[in-house]
Amino acid sequence: MATATTSSAITKDKLLWMYETMVLIRKFEEQARREQDSGRLRGTHSAIGQEAVPTGICAHLKDTDFVLGNHRSHHHCIAKGVDVNEMMAELLGKVTGTNRGKGGTMHIADITKGMLGANGVVGSNIPVATGVGLSAKTRKTDQVSVVFFGDGAAQQGSLHESINLAAIWKLPVIYVCENNRYAESTPFEYSVAGGSIANRAAGYGVPGVTVDGQNVLDMYEVGGEAVRRARAGEGPTLIEAQTYRYFGHYGADNPLGYRSKEEQDHYMSKDCIRQMRKHLTESKFATGAELDAIDKDCHTRIEAATKFGVDSPFPDLDELTTDVYIKYP
Amino acid sequence: MATQTEQQVRKLTYVQAFNEVLAQEMERDENVIVIGEDVAGGGGKEGFEEAWGGPFKLTQGLYKKFGPTRILDTPIAENGFIGAAVGAAATGLRPVADLMFVGFIGVCGDQIFNNAAKMHYMFGGKVKLPLTIITATGAGVGSAAQHSESLYSMFAHMPGLKCVVPSNPYNAKGLMAAAIRDDDPVIVFNHKLLMGGIGGGQHVPKDPYIVPIGKANVSREGTDVTLVGIGYTTYQCLQAADELEQQGYSVEVIDLLSVSPMDDEAILNSVKKTRKIVIVDEDYPRCSVASDISALVAEQAFDILDAPPKRVMAPHTSVPYSPVLEDLFIPSKERIVEAALEVME
Repeated sequence: MATATTSSAITKDKLLWMYETMVLIRKFEEQARREQDSGRLRGTHSAIGQEAVPTGICAHLKDTDFVLGNHRSHHHCIAKGVDVNEMMAELLGKVTGTNRGKGGTMHIADITKGMLGANGVVGSNIPVATGVGLSAKTRKTDQVSVVFFGDGAAQQGSLHESINLAAIWKLPVIYVCENNRYAESTPFEYSVAGGSIANRAAGYGVPGVTVDGQNVLDMYEVGGEAVRRARAGEGPTLIEAQTYRYFGHYGADNPLGYRSKEEQDHYMSKDCIRQMRKHLTESKFATGAELDAIDKDCHTRIEAATKFGVDSPFPDLDELTTDVYIKYP
Repeated sequence: MATQTEQQVRKLTYVQAFNEVLAQEMERDENVIVIGEDVAGGGGKEGFEEAWGGPFKLTQGLYKKFGPTRILDTPIAENGFIGAAVGAAATGLRPVADLMFVGFIGVCGDQIFNNAAKMHYMFGGKVKLPLTIITATGAGVGSAAQHSESLYSMFAHMPGLKCVVPSNPYNAKGLMAAAIRDDDPVIVFNHKLLMGGIGGGQHVPKDPYIVPIGKANVSREGTDVTLVGIGYTTYQCLQAADELEQQGYSVEVIDLLSVSPMDDEAILNSVKKTRKIVIVDEDYPRCSVASDISALVAEQAFDILDAPPKRVMAPHTSVPYSPVLEDLFIPSKERIVEAALEVME
């Protein structure tokens, strides 16, 4: 496990960006749950509890770098800079959405921000991200490709095939497993032989790092080294971020059907946002009032995003059959 | 003028034509790469570079010309490298991925059906995917159930994929050029017997050219009956047409070339002329391209048909090994002639 990081080497701007990003994700996800309860939205996979993982990694990325996600990907999108207005509109099926309302919660993509797509098939984006790394290397750019997936996806063959390819070709790809302990209802302990995902990296001769995914500073440190390696042409890294999803697999799933209240309380007591808030105030990087102002601003932005989404029009009905193929002039 | 004559008589086999177009497209656009198992062969091992030049020699000579960054041998990991080709295509490259045999779709269907086919649509038209997948199809060489299928109907079923089936060296070159330059994912189905040289060499212009995707070709004009062929079965249709002509019939042969998008108009125009149609398809019969054509004609040209549309197809079985059974599996010239005579009765 990577050890706890001091924030002394990180600029205040970056620290506050990470705090703000996690809060913005949390508030977006809370609103998505409310929209679901109101019936305007037909269910999402909540990332509440896992905010620190993409935040610590994406803090090192540029718009020209790429992130690929999975079915639970709102936090990846926000951490990569995708506009929350367009995201909320997409969730509501509106034409102003990131995907013009044609993708929805599991397929949000914005290539202008380097978000190459959430993906509803578990493990499916891992090979795609590997090809993005191949593309960066072939075109001789310094772009990095990061793919986020869960402990469930780590049991798919696609991960094995992909890390092996990235290792033999030394591709700038970072494989980030968000181990939230459950593949739907199936516990990590049941489905992961050997008890570790990161340890598998040794078999490919690439670094495998286990990190506290509820601590954004630890994520930042591990992400920094992985991005450095990738840009330097040293090849891929496998990161296993130990995290926890506070809610069920999907909207209506009650997780207490397969895990205890005590377990939930244990992980929730280490909440990533609360930890960061404590760190920032105790080490005098920010005052409580400054952080309150950030919270308030995020709240306002999500309110505005919701209004934007709700007020936006649905797609024209002829959009049903557009975009099947590229339209040539 | 001597050069012009020389060009006119220049004959290439299917494999030579395919190899030439790959080299020309790679020359034209540095973003074109080839990725797959043994496309060079030998994995760059010193003294053994380009050990294979592709399982069907389609990529022979390319490794030496373009090097290991453009011709990439992969491990045996179809899901991994086809998926990598998808990611590369979405971010600036124009990959040609070699799925050695079409039956291997069983281990990489996720990447083709869930990602390549859908990305443009589900991302609201904001991502383009200039990916070409080449794959070997067809029975006839004793490879049995898992290495002899056609399966293009499965791919044609998926919105977002384009599917082309060349039938000779000339259109193999032109369709492959079109596929590589296309910004949508295109699957190119190469029949093993065509790659093996059946039908012989043919004049193929040296200069690059395009055979447009989505257009059928009238290979032979006639008025009594329409035969529709797909890839290798076009060759068989032409053989059958020869025999029928000897018996005094005028036969039109439509070479479908693209199974998706399909050239409905070319088929309907021909049927309007001949009023009879036989569709010849080596793929499994249920939910097949031939069924689709049959439905098209029944729905849109019912009133002008003199006889029900007829399909000559493989049976609804896997491809058998024993040569006597395999011969029976593949639609034969004799069965095509028989079917044509039946609809002309």
